[in-house]
Amino acid sequence: MKTKNKEQKKKTIEKIKPKIEMSHNQWYFLAGAIILSVIVFLIRPEAFSQSFKFFLSILLKIIPIIILVFVLLIIVDLFVTSRILMKYMSKESKSKVKWLGWPVAIIAGIISTGPIYMWYPLLSDLQRKGVRDGFIAAFLYNRAIKPALIPLIIFYFGLAFTLILTGVMIIVSIFQGLIVEKILKIKFRR
Amino acid sequence: MDKERFKQALAKASRAMYRSLPIILGIIILVSLANVLVPKSLYTLLFKGNFILDPFIGSFLGSILAGNPITSYIIGGELLKQGISLIAVTAFIVSWVTVGMIQLPAEMMLLGRRFAITRNVTAFFLAIIVAILTILILTLF
Repeated sequence: MKTKNKEQKKKTIEKIKPKIEMSHNQWYFLAGAIILSVIVFLIRPEAFSQSFKFFLSILLKIIPIIILVFVLLIIVDLFVTSRILMKYMSKESKSKVKWLGWPVAIIAGIISTGPIYMWYPLLSDLQRKGVRDGFIAAFLYNRAIKPALIPLIIFYFGLAFTLILTGVMIIVSIFQGLIVEKILKIKFRR
Repeated sequence: MDKERFKQALAKASRAMYRSLPIILGIIILVSLANVLVPKSLYTLLFKGNFILDPFIGSFLGSILAGNPITSYIIGGELLKQGISLIAVTAFIVSWVTVGMIQLPAEMMLLGRRFAITRNVTAFFLAIIVAILTILILTLF
């Protein structure tokens, strides 16, 4: 049993190694985006001016979300231990509670706020703790359902459409989670 | 609460944010540029009323564009007013949030290349399926 656990830990470390050694890719990405906007500034200064205003408006909106995500990262690290996550959402979970991972992922996806990319650091952290890829995919899919925006969808598309779309998306999110896991498994075996 | 444990958690969260902030800023820059450079009138030229092609184009457009879901509902509502089919608009608004070509580099860096590509490709095709299912169920009522 102990040897099995050791092997498992070794595998996990090997898996997360490339992510830890992410180097400076994120800075190159930012530099690329800045270079692109400089090009737009040189070619179409009026478009740059508009996009810069848009950039500032998004930035102001997401600052509170960045703070929220930061706080959540701390809370998750403090209270959501690997043991708890493994119980509900891990790949190795064999107990009955394993299926609670789907509703947990779906509800978390629905109630989460802000742009999708704001949640990548938190999800990356959960992924490292052994949360199933399917649950992360389901979480990301359910981010499309936002209770606060439902009145707007009803306004444009009607109540029946909104209810049906929401139901279909919740069900499809589970299928997506399962499909993602199947595909990743096939590739992993190769 | 254990002070040491809290310090560790704080340091870990700070490291995660330090890694993510340049990516977040880069994405906001790209989203802002796309929002201004992609003309809204372009959308009506692309949809021709084909039951198969329209949701495919809708899903494709929603995938390459990004931003607040509110924007997709507004564009979707306007597209409907222009006579674009509901199935195409549904695929468009679903893929707008579930597929993120602009965010893909960030997703690959933070969640893994294989995971990000698989998730986005499946989300692209599922947006079409969701659109077809939604409209089929809607027509039953």
